[in-house]
Amino acid sequence: MTSRRDNKRMRSTQRLVMALVVVACVIPAPPAQQPGGAPVAQSVVIPAPGVDSVLDARVKGVASHLRCPVCQGESIQDSPAELAAQMKTLVREQLVAGRSEQQVLDYFVEKYGQWILLAPKAEGFNLLVYWLPVVFLCLGAGIIWIAVKRWTRPASEIPAMAVDAVGPKPPANTPLNDAGAV
Amino acid sequence: MTRILGITTIWIALGMAALGIVVGVLGLLRKRQELVAAALQTVYINFVLLTVSMAAMIYGLVTHDFSIGYVAQVGSRSTPLFYTVISLWGALEGSILFWGWVLAMYSAVVVYANRKREGGLIPWSAVVLLCIGSFFYILLVGPANPWHLVTPVLADGPGPNPLLQNHILMAVHPPLLYLGYVGMTVPFAFAIGALLSHEIHSDDWIKLTRRWTLSAWAFLSLAIVAGMWWSYEVLGWGGYWAWDPVENASFMPWLTATAFLHSVMVQERRGMLKLWNVNLIVSTFLLTILGTFLTRSGIISSVHAFTTGTIGYYFLAFIALCVVVSLVLVAGNSEELRSEGRLDAAASRETVFLFNNLFLTGFTFVVVLGTLFPLVAEAFKGVKVTVGAPFFNKMTLPICVSLLFLMGVGPSLPWKVATREQLRRAFLLPGGVALLVAVTCVVSGMRDAYGISAFTFASFALVCNVREYVSGAMARTRAHGEVFPVALVRLVAGNRRRYGGYLAHIGIILVAVGITASSSFRFEREATLAPGQVMPVKGDLSVRLKSMWGKEEPQRQVVGADVELLRNGVVIGTLDPRMNFYRSQDTPVPTPAVRSRPAGDVYINLMAFTENGQSATLRVILEPFVPWIWFGAVVVALGAVVSAWPSSRRSMRRVNASAHVPSASGAGGYSIPGAAVSLQASASPTKSS
Amino acid sequence: MNWKRSFLTTAAVGGPLIALLAYGMTRDPRDIPSPLPGREAPTFARAAFVTGDHSALRVPVGDTVRLHDLRGRVVVVNFWASWCLACRGEHSALSETARAYADKGVRFFGMLYNDSEANGRDWIAEMGGQPYPALSDPGARAAIAYGLYGVPESFVIGADGRVAYKFIGAVNEPQLHQLIDSLLAVPTTTPGTRDTRSIPVERSGAPVPP
Repeated sequence: MTSRRDNKRMRSTQRLVMALVVVACVIPAPPAQQPGGAPVAQSVVIPAPGVDSVLDARVKGVASHLRCPVCQGESIQDSPAELAAQMKTLVREQLVAGRSEQQVLDYFVEKYGQWILLAPKAEGFNLLVYWLPVVFLCLGAGIIWIAVKRWTRPASEIPAMAVDAVGPKPPANTPLNDAGAV
Repeated sequence: MTRILGITTIWIALGMAALGIVVGVLGLLRKRQELVAAALQTVYINFVLLTVSMAAMIYGLVTHDFSIGYVAQVGSRSTPLFYTVISLWGALEGSILFWGWVLAMYSAVVVYANRKREGGLIPWSAVVLLCIGSFFYILLVGPANPWHLVTPVLADGPGPNPLLQNHILMAVHPPLLYLGYVGMTVPFAFAIGALLSHEIHSDDWIKLTRRWTLSAWAFLSLAIVAGMWWSYEVLGWGGYWAWDPVENASFMPWLTATAFLHSVMVQERRGMLKLWNVNLIVSTFLLTILGTFLTRSGIISSVHAFTTGTIGYYFLAFIALCVVVSLVLVAGNSEELRSEGRLDAAASRETVFLFNNLFLTGFTFVVVLGTLFPLVAEAFKGVKVTVGAPFFNKMTLPICVSLLFLMGVGPSLPWKVATREQLRRAFLLPGGVALLVAVTCVVSGMRDAYGISAFTFASFALVCNVREYVSGAMARTRAHGEVFPVALVRLVAGNRRRYGGYLAHIGIILVAVGITASSSFRFEREATLAPGQVMPVKGDLSVRLKSMWGKEEPQRQVVGADVELLRNGVVIGTLDPRMNFYRSQDTPVPTPAVRSRPAGDVYINLMAFTENGQSATLRVILEPFVPWIWFGAVVVALGAVVSAWPSSRRSMRRVNASAHVPSASGAGGYSIPGAAVSLQASASPTKSS
Repeated sequence: MNWKRSFLTTAAVGGPLIALLAYGMTRDPRDIPSPLPGREAPTFARAAFVTGDHSALRVPVGDTVRLHDLRGRVVVVNFWASWCLACRGEHSALSETARAYADKGVRFFGMLYNDSEANGRDWIAEMGGQPYPALSDPGARAAIAYGLYGVPESFVIGADGRVAYKFIGAVNEPQLHQLIDSLLAVPTTTPGTRDTRSIPVERSGAPVPP
């Protein structure tokens, strides 16, 4: 998410100039003059920015894991903040220079501390946050397994008492066993 | 005068609430009906008082009464009227006032709608609601007082946060959120009330609770997606969910409420999972308070964080109180809540619901753990870590995909028991379609495992749910000779709960497809253009910067770019991304331009421009299928409406005849193995509801 | 109503949760400890764009200041920007301290962060000049190397080239004096003989991340 403070690029002098823009209101695209004919608006096509998709993907991968230091939890990949863009450039340079993704991440951790990583490094105490959910799900699945087994016992295993439980409800505080008998 | 009125009404409300609690408890314990009736009156009185207070605040905002603290904080003469009114919930104090009003409103509705009901459930629930209301009134006269006097009175104010003035969704998201969020207080009040009045076994309270939870859930679903949409349209990064703590705060109760909506069906049919359901309801409410605490106390930094101060301590005390009371009551009565457990077969819808609950609570666990882990790490290791989007995405994607799968399995399995033959017939078609989709994904070049499995299971679930409608309607046409559309309508009308639920599933599937597609197939390009220049984006799509413009508005200056969207050189649309410079702020607020089509959005953000207006940096993002997310949310809400729609008596009789309905008396729905065997459906197309 | 079970469950479940949240109330999420103190200060080579008034501290415009050339001196590097409110508050403290310690060999530098040199010059002129030079940091490379996450931040580097302190927010003048004194008193350092934790100082004015 963008923090308002990110876009400090806009300087106070620009606001002055904006007043000029406001006065001018619309800045038209200058039409090109064709010899002997009516002016024709010429669209200049700029070449697509050079795409090295492999490098871009690598930069994106690393940048998505680095927290923008001046934003609220955004990655430098998503953040429009100037510092984020500068860090991204640094990431690109380091990757081009031959460093591995992990080395680039380590560089930033060295400068900013663990906090700069958007997902905690999976080591030591941090393993808890990765493994506890797995434990939870496995335990839960196990409990369901056992419970379903118990609950689908064949009817013959349930004491005959259970049939009588159709009648008056037992007093509220009496513990009930699994078959509903008192 | 407005100020005095506003603050006095709150004080009176606080007094009334205290009175209501004391008189109510006395009346309930001593069985004095007239005391109880009097206590219930205070609920109505508080609704009137809070309405007056809120109206006074709106009046103060609109008339720019800067002697009122809150108005001085968010009001401004240059803010358009619409945004002035909705700035009621734009900052902390106003939002607490709004919360208090919603709570008072819901409390009054609860009491009124059940005024003919006998028994202690409603009065006890009302007492609980008054207690919770008191907390918010205490906040309003204490740390979150919007009515404090400001002297000297200034001529103008700073206006609301510019981010909150940029989009109409700001009028939609917070009210929906509060209706949903605060709405979860009512089921909690019912649960505590039922425990206190010893009515926890009655089916009445579960029916009451289910309906309320469903309506609050619907609002919350809409609110969460409205928040996503707002974030998408306003913040300029082209995304809609960042796992920010405040997003998580709204999401966690939604997850447990969804789990409840499913497991309550098991309770209604089998009398099982009572303790579990009470825990879910209580957890949902506690999560709403926890979420509010996290975002308002300043212990976790978040985009949404309101001002910090002493309010955090109040919330902490309140959470502690709620946790203690809930745990004491629930744990103390847990023996009572234990029911016999009886399932006919492992392969049945009941089991699917158990797994549904497992995954939903697992999901909740991941989100809670991730949100709180930085605190835990700091407490135990003294080191600050960040738990952000990469963590949540990694840990929740498998759960999401599993839930998509279950969404297909559940509707396809009958209650009680599914034979092998039934299973085979149920999954042949959806399985085939899913396989086809999977192959198509791989063949078309997708390599992202989660994306492929998401599409696969989404299609699986979609076929399963749509098939329920189709096969049900077909059965009716055969049986009653109705024409298909009529059969469809009658089918749904005859069993609104079930078919509303399937519709909600379809909505979720649409949302899932939208999210998966816009993540897997997102495409982004950025370039600096001079007016007249064209940037090729992708394929035959390109954008041309036509011109730059500037505009003066009372509260801000706007600089915009007119951008043309071209396909093969032909203009197919124009967009105007802008930058807004608010006078009260240094930093500009971008307004991206979004062109929405069912197939996807073209999203353009104005990143920078030069002083003379001779060039602008545009970021163009292609986001396929994003509108499906917004549309899917509407379908979900529609499903909830259908599901909650009260059935006419005639259709209820029809429904009850074929259902295994637990007895309505206090017997608590014991399930008799013998009776269950006799009611077992034998491979018939119409399953019992 | 089983009170024993109530009590045990509440203590087991509620206790840790509330304890954690209460602990959280004592922490400030914006206070991020820096890994730099105690470590070798990241080197930089930056050009000066404002010379500074003081004869001992000045550096001609355009000259490059290299940190490793200053080994053996106590160096204070202050990251600032013209759009930063709190930087205004600390400017006089920094200037005073710079002048006071100039003849003891302590060198001060202002490192401009994400701002134009023109703005920086104007701002310094508006503040009445300063005794120490201002360096420009294109691409924020030095800022990133120092783990900057807002301005103002100031780093005090000992004679051994290690970062001794990091001030987050405006510098606290007495603390700065005390710190420089202690660094001057110890010609060489051995790890662990000094308190090298970074002390987050109360930000004067609003915390201003760029």
